[in-house]
Amino acid sequence: MYWEPDKECLDREELEQLQLERLQSTLNRVYAHVPFYRKKFDSLGISPEEIGALSDIARLPFTTKDDVRANYPYGLFAVPLREVVRIHASSGTTGTVAVVGYTRNDIKMWSNLVARVLTAGGVTKDDVVQICFGYGLFTGGFGLHYGAERVGASVIPASIGNTARQIQIMKDFKTTALVSTPSYAMRIANTIREMGISVSALSLKYGLFGAEPWSEGMRQEIQDALGIVATDNYGLSEVLGPGVSGECRERNGLHIHEDHFLVEVVDPETLRPVPAGQRGELVITTLTKEAFPMIRYRTRDLTRLLPDACPCGRTGKRMSRVVGRTDDMLKIRGVNVFPSQIESLIHEIEGGGPQYQIVIDRKEALDEATVLVEADEVAGYDRERRKGGTADTIRKRLAHELGITVDVKLVGKNTIDRSEGKPRRVIDNRKL
Amino acid sequence: MLRIKNLESGYGRLKVLKKVTMHIGAGEIVTIIGANGAGKTSLLRTVSGLIPARSGEILFDMRDVGKLPPEKIVFLGCSLVPEGRQLFAPMTVKENILLGAYPQYRRKRGDQVRADLERVYGLFPRLRERERQLAGTLSGGEQQMLAIARALMARPKLIMMDEPSMGLAPLIIKDIFSIVKRLRGEGSTVLLVEQNAKAALGIADRGYVLETGRIIMEGTAEDLLSNREVQRAYLGRDLDAEESM
Repeated sequence: MYWEPDKECLDREELEQLQLERLQSTLNRVYAHVPFYRKKFDSLGISPEEIGALSDIARLPFTTKDDVRANYPYGLFAVPLREVVRIHASSGTTGTVAVVGYTRNDIKMWSNLVARVLTAGGVTKDDVVQICFGYGLFTGGFGLHYGAERVGASVIPASIGNTARQIQIMKDFKTTALVSTPSYAMRIANTIREMGISVSALSLKYGLFGAEPWSEGMRQEIQDALGIVATDNYGLSEVLGPGVSGECRERNGLHIHEDHFLVEVVDPETLRPVPAGQRGELVITTLTKEAFPMIRYRTRDLTRLLPDACPCGRTGKRMSRVVGRTDDMLKIRGVNVFPSQIESLIHEIEGGGPQYQIVIDRKEALDEATVLVEADEVAGYDRERRKGGTADTIRKRLAHELGITVDVKLVGKNTIDRSEGKPRRVIDNRKL
Repeated sequence: MLRIKNLESGYGRLKVLKKVTMHIGAGEIVTIIGANGAGKTSLLRTVSGLIPARSGEILFDMRDVGKLPPEKIVFLGCSLVPEGRQLFAPMTVKENILLGAYPQYRRKRGDQVRADLERVYGLFPRLRERERQLAGTLSGGEQQMLAIARALMARPKLIMMDEPSMGLAPLIIKDIFSIVKRLRGEGSTVLLVEQNAKAALGIADRGYVLETGRIIMEGTAEDLLSNREVQRAYLGRDLDAEESM
């Protein structure tokens, strides 16, 4: 099932022609309308006219989150503000706010791309979609909302918070598709269990999850607990919001909407392209954005491009689920480790589910990491004895498999802060 | 059908087109809009082989036509309805039309010419009425019809039109554009260059905006029509005045 079959299944050669056309016109526009890019190109002695092939993009400078912040609030807009019909800001999990804008055409394009993601995940106009994302400056809520309306589904803008009430709505309104972060889906699953509601009393069929990294184990857990097909989708405010890529029901990686985004994967240290299929940092150039075009944005998200074609027939390249962020990459006593690796291990041991947080301190020039795991979500008998055992198992396996020495502490349920809708995975107290 | 990559051309030392990349799919009406001097006519003349491409690639039907002379390009199925019609004024309407059939004779398809003549007369009944009249005596709208009819006689797969609405009254423009739409309905592919952006976007599937030899925008006709920059620069709408009313 496709939303825009002629575009999602475009022949590779035609796609690359379209990408080049759109790359060149985007460059001509940013050069003419955004002083930041013009200055940057001029200082490197590059003119948009030199870009004659998609691979030439490597000659252009990167844009970073710091650039976006330095141009706060409107410095990177390519159209006058009166042409902007919507303003969002990035959720700010990692620092100050980045402001992004959309023209009327941008909103239309965005809705269509989210509609592609929803359709690929199973949603049709007959579905009732409950959106448990914040409806504020964060792009998640409105992005998914407009896409679901575009599909023609019945949309419930449930927003975040009050899990018991969310479940009541889910039950009474006969929600068939849940849209949220994966961790919130876990929370819903656990609360359903606690409330003694049977999943068969619900009408859920599909779950579309994004806005944070999650693991295959967590997917299994959510699918089993809620009886749904759970797909992953990806996006970030600086390039669009949700709708950059999404999984189809094959669940084997996220189809990138390459007719609207040109993607590269680079080594975060050397900034050179990684060999095909290797893991690296995702870099995105927008090809159709009017208000807020982005040239070579360093997403800080780590992924890799998957080589073979997907049986679903879509021709866009696929990316693996985001395994972590470059700025999340932790060096604990010299060992590189991603929170997602720690998460996978915890989930393997605990069978998915539990929330966790990694706290790092530096004591006398030595890094000390503590992994906090919410234990009450681990349904079990003889909790106290198990607590000690579990913590020990996690500690041993982290040492054995990831080569890091950490302390593991089990903490009470919901003690890890989720004020943003998603918990902060890493608290780094080191003064480096 | 037509795929252009990084096309550059110009006159003498003047570079008019700067890395133009665009395409037209079979059965589409694509329009190129832009101000006077943006390079619209140069683009069509370069594709037609009337001025040489300095660099870049022109693929017509997957074949590289960048270095071919104009008559070969017409022979392959790509015809131009030039700016200002370029009719042979002292010849009759019918003679002008038949001149367009020259490639058909070269293709040894002379036997089809009679049927083709009937077809264009079907499209433009006015031309049948005036077939013996000298082309120079026709009205502007009739001359434009004649120029299109002449191009159609070569049975082009792609028909390129340069400012067909120029100098015509609004009612006649409507007629001409409805013919363009009808041609697409009959399987032709159309590349339409226009200063009358509103009329062109009204019938086109997609469009490109050309500004000082560069493509600055690409999109569906619908998206371009709702783009405020296009509205202000090419559709002659004074948005601020409209909003303050």
